Amino acid sequence: MSASETLAFGGPAEAGEISSRQGAPSGGGRLTLAAFLHNRRTMSGVGIVALMGLFCFIGPVLYHTNQVTVNLAIINQPPGPGHPLGTDEYGIDVLGRLMVGGQSSLELGFAVGIASTVLGALYGALSGVVGGVGDGILMRIIDTLLAVPLFILLIIVASMFSLSLSVIILILAVLSWPGVARLVRGQVLALRNREFAQAATSMGSTRWGVLFRHMIPNTLGICIVTATFGIADAIYALSALSFLGIGPPPPFTDWGTMLTDGVNNLFNGYWWQVYPPMFALVLVVLAFRQIGDALNDIVSGGQTGRVFARRRRRFGWVPMSTRYE
Amino acid sequence: MTWYLVRRLAQAIAVVFGVMVLTFILLHMEPGSVARAVLGLKATPARVAIFDHLYGLNKPLYDQFGVYMWQLLHGNFGISYQYQQPVSTLIAQRLPRDALLLGLSTVVALVIGVPTGIYQAVHHNELVDDAVAGTWFTLYSAPDFLEAFLLIALLCVEFHIFQPTFPGGISSVVGVLTDWRALVLPVFVLSINSVANFSQYSRSTAITVLASDYVKVARAKGLPRQLVLTRHVLRNSLLPVITILGLSLPGIVAGAVIAESIFNYPGMGLLFWQSALAHDYPVMLGGTLVIGIATVTGNLLADVVYGVLDPRIRYVSQ
Repeated sequence: MSASETLAFGGPAEAGEISSRQGAPSGGGRLTLAAFLHNRRTMSGVGIVALMGLFCFIGPVLYHTNQVTVNLAIINQPPGPGHPLGTDEYGIDVLGRLMVGGQSSLELGFAVGIASTVLGALYGALSGVVGGVGDGILMRIIDTLLAVPLFILLIIVASMFSLSLSVIILILAVLSWPGVARLVRGQVLALRNREFAQAATSMGSTRWGVLFRHMIPNTLGICIVTATFGIADAIYALSALSFLGIGPPPPFTDWGTMLTDGVNNLFNGYWWQVYPPMFALVLVVLAFRQIGDALNDIVSGGQTGRVFARRRRRFGWVPMSTRYE
Repeated sequence: MTWYLVRRLAQAIAVVFGVMVLTFILLHMEPGSVARAVLGLKATPARVAIFDHLYGLNKPLYDQFGVYMWQLLHGNFGISYQYQQPVSTLIAQRLPRDALLLGLSTVVALVIGVPTGIYQAVHHNELVDDAVAGTWFTLYSAPDFLEAFLLIALLCVEFHIFQPTFPGGISSVVGVLTDWRALVLPVFVLSINSVANFSQYSRSTAITVLASDYVKVARAKGLPRQLVLTRHVLRNSLLPVITILGLSLPGIVAGAVIAESIFNYPGMGLLFWQSALAHDYPVMLGGTLVIGIATVTGNLLADVVYGVLDPRIRYVSQ
């Protein structure tokens, strides 16, 4: 057992509710720090996110631009000296705007992804541990929330509060936690009857002890996967909201707002207002989804990274190639 | 099985009722009055009072809810404040259009997604796998309004192949189909955005299926590669797709507001969005009801069809 394996994020995780219904081989996957660090796909994703984070948060320190006042003298200028990526329809430097917009997109993504996962995981684990009638009621509440159309909540919350980034974070977190709760509950139901949970109960551990000591740590793997996808989805959702015109007033901006302004000017031929935010947005969303996808492969144990192949070989068992031919 | 269905149906009705209660409360929490939204800011207090009395808006909330539910049980969805038309008429006009647009794009995504997913599984962990997954994920990650505008710029403005938007005042599904050149782009945009869903699920199932013993047996007894892929792998990889199809039913009913507004396609999404902006409660409640029913029906259908297609799954009544 190597030292890195003791740094495990989580224990043995069963495959999710859907895949266990498929009769797929479950379990086996273990989300360790080593598995995370040695996976080509997770690390390339983390690298892209880190670079984007540096660009957005350190960039403005090195590259000073005016991101607040409108300057009509220099609107819609193509890339050139002074403005490496040109200016937008308000005469604001696009490169600097990309950094400021990225800040809000990334902040929102992380906040929503983490908040909804924590909330959903606690609720789902609680529901799974309680079981019986309580579980039934808690899950019908989830069903109800999932069936309420998104727009109603959006419009109502948007008209009740003056919109700021934190309010949008709140709205998106409220909208996205029920899905997580359902997933974690399925996981807990699968784990509840496993030997280690029964052993803990037989040794006098209370329901709550089992919940916090065993269930939540054991679902951490799948929670991290969900949070990663949640970050990507939140950044994507923010861009859709910006397109519909729901968002904080200027000078607030995010990549979605920039894109919306950009596509409105697309037919004027101002390509520099479209492609930079497009590139940034797609790259970051793609990076988070890639991390999530790779982590999911590790957790579900279906397609293991290098670490697993090596470890298995050490035990004298080489996995049969899943390749078809 | 019968008992299972009865229990699920009872739960479904409870969920739909919960959705209605929640929506009703939420709608009335919204600041601003309906009368002001409909009559305008210059309406006199007397006219506002008449409006409130006419639509029962001055009654207590539980009373209003009771009246609404009673009418609903008689098939009366109420009258839209904004359009002055029965809500059922509005929904009946727009629902088939959305079913056409989103149903068609789901089918296109399915037809592209499942075979490429299996192809990826066969070439699992090779360069092709990464390239195909990368393509679908990029299209999935780009906002749909961006894809729509770029395609319009390329195919309509540059090459004049398709119509960018629908002509105003389209009425029925037949009207939509006669303008099929305008239908191509919205269907295409919506489908390339969701191919990743289908291809990733069928890929991961196909990887498991390919490693299973029955596929090895089929191959060992001499079945040709193509036959094994279609007869064993494809059929088993379709199982998770059924779940996704069931879960996408509410999306088909709810419409796609962004695509609809770009392509001038008056569907449910646009109706819902405009009535939300205009405090048009009857339309929003009616739409919520339809979407809620579609959600629970989709879940139920996915589970039941899954059980019928996969004999390994048996529902035990408790």
